[in-house]
Amino acid sequence: MAAEKMTAAQAMAMALKAEGITTVFGYPGAAICPFYDELYNAGIHHVLVRHEVNAGHAASGYARMTGRPAVAVATSGPGATNLITAIATAYMDSIPMVLITGQVSSEMIGRDVFQEADITGAAEPFVKHSYLVKNADDIAVVFKNAFYIAGSGRPGPVLIDVPFDIQKTEIEFEYPETVNIRSYKPSVEGNKLQIKRAAAAIAKSERPLICAGGGLFTANAVGLMRELAERANIPVVNTMMGLSSMPASHPLFYGMIGMHGCRAANYAINHCDLLILLGARVGDRAVTAINRLEGATVIHIDVDPAEIGKNLSVNIPVVGDLKNILAVLLTQVENYDHYEWLQQLTGEKESQDKPTVKPKDGCVNPKEFIRMLGKSLPDGTVICADVGQNQIWTCANINLENGRLLTSGGMGTMGYSVPASVGAKAASPNSEVIAICGDGSFQMEFMELATMRQHGIFSKIIVMVNNRLGMVREVQTNMYGDRQIAVALDGSPDFIKLAEAYGIPASRVTDISQAQQAIDALLAAKESYLIEVVVDENEKTIL
Amino acid sequence: MKHTISVLVENHAGVLARVAGLFARRGFNIDSLAVGVTDDEKISRITIIADGTDYTLEQIEKQLNKLIDVIKVRHFENHELLTRELVLIKIACQPSQRAEVIALAEIVKAKISDITANTMTLELSDSVDRIKNFEELLRPYGIKEVVRTGSIAMQKGGVSMKL
Repeated sequence: MAAEKMTAAQAMAMALKAEGITTVFGYPGAAICPFYDELYNAGIHHVLVRHEVNAGHAASGYARMTGRPAVAVATSGPGATNLITAIATAYMDSIPMVLITGQVSSEMIGRDVFQEADITGAAEPFVKHSYLVKNADDIAVVFKNAFYIAGSGRPGPVLIDVPFDIQKTEIEFEYPETVNIRSYKPSVEGNKLQIKRAAAAIAKSERPLICAGGGLFTANAVGLMRELAERANIPVVNTMMGLSSMPASHPLFYGMIGMHGCRAANYAINHCDLLILLGARVGDRAVTAINRLEGATVIHIDVDPAEIGKNLSVNIPVVGDLKNILAVLLTQVENYDHYEWLQQLTGEKESQDKPTVKPKDGCVNPKEFIRMLGKSLPDGTVICADVGQNQIWTCANINLENGRLLTSGGMGTMGYSVPASVGAKAASPNSEVIAICGDGSFQMEFMELATMRQHGIFSKIIVMVNNRLGMVREVQTNMYGDRQIAVALDGSPDFIKLAEAYGIPASRVTDISQAQQAIDALLAAKESYLIEVVVDENEKTIL
Repeated sequence: MKHTISVLVENHAGVLARVAGLFARRGFNIDSLAVGVTDDEKISRITIIADGTDYTLEQIEKQLNKLIDVIKVRHFENHELLTRELVLIKIACQPSQRAEVIALAEIVKAKISDITANTMTLELSDSVDRIKNFEELLRPYGIKEVVRTGSIAMQKGGVSMKL
């Protein structure tokens, strides 16, 4: 490609095209107008969200479905700062994103002019890398590097802040074909000796366990993980981010670990003699369950060396791309019999299913509802779980056989599910995409119903309504003598009417006997659909 | 325990802020930090003296390595290093005291960098311990101001920290 004369703004749009970007999520403003003008010319589809943070979350949903960096755009100042929560959310969950923000003109920077914010400074703790473009000639290299950094190694958000005058500067544009950042060479191949040690530990182990995390999706290594489990008869548990990497009914699958995990999974963690962590950073909500691990050997395979040994001491660290490492490991692993160990775990699993608690009249047991929903879902359904009790109800009960579960695992960002579902649906228009949220989180994100309508991105929504910030209410009940403060959601709108105001059909479920009909209506709807599930205000998070 | 960490970084605007921010947000304690350009003007070298356990040190090194602008991180044992810090000390010094201060400066190989009717400014480049010792020797005269650069460090012998 020969160099062409154009403005930096046009070069930015050309760079997106060169990266294969067809859809971006954003919200314009004066400082980013030159770039928007070029988006218009370049024919890149722009989804106008109703709040910048949701551009970030939508890009996150999009990126998680495509496995490639997705793009969110905002203007300077408040537009940019509104993105920060989405940036931090993506950073915690290692989601590849490129964020483009307008900035005030170069000569005005530092003078506190209208809509000026030091966004590269403000977002620094939450980005994998960031650029403030000071020289328009750097645009091509900055974009090339940004996409490479965002998507390679341990993925993460990369921010590009482009001052207004820079966008308008004429440059010679030629998009680089290769990247060469001398200070950034992520490990790809795992150390052969360590892989050999891992294989030997697997051969020797009587009670091995795979703990599968979100890194498996990033590395596109879910299939290899299943192959390893099946080949060597190793049971599998998930972190929250790893959910949907195993079909729920798989005989080797024992559920989610951690503070909100299930008994069988936590039992497995505490009784294994070999723990194989795959793309899991074992965050504090996951490791609280690990209290008897001292005797076990730990193999930790992760692309980020800084995660190895950070939360858990490790005997066999393997740094690199999971797909490469698992492929090599599989050549060294044979069929092993762990009959007794599996029997033991299955016993735990079977005994943990308590009978469903009957809720009070006019309310639905949310766990029962989610299980019913899970059984009704078509193949390939994407579930976006929000944050709060609804997240745990969903993660613990949806039991996906074949599909994806997306949630804000690390950051626990309320208001993630609906915008993430918009992004996921835009990326996978043929999949059923359902956001499940609470009445608290829904009121942080329902403005995006308009985005769904405007752009014909028809994800579906289930709102668990208990008129409470239920998880905080539960903490206040259990730890603060039930002195409930700031957890009642009185004043909330009628969500059925609200949906109707956006032209979205909706139904309310006040008894489990109505649930299947509502679920069927939701799944049959060609466009968006909303179900309100009425839940007891004292409903517990876990059984 | 004190650790000396040398970091080669791209000589860009904002890199120091990224490094300093990393220490702040991860709760790593910095005793001293000195930065300057290397023989290659595109590369700066940051010398950090940090306090912490071996676990902290490992995390510092790994987290620094994750910063895209960080080219190389090395941690050194104190016995491997030549460490220097520069200090300027301004003391109250009456004409009658000048001779003894000059004698003191000669013993420690400090320079007299400035002098007024009743002050004297001394300059010393030395190890941190010897600088502290010198400061104590001068304290009885009345210290008016002390400025230190923070330590810089280089490996002893023929080896060098290359890319």
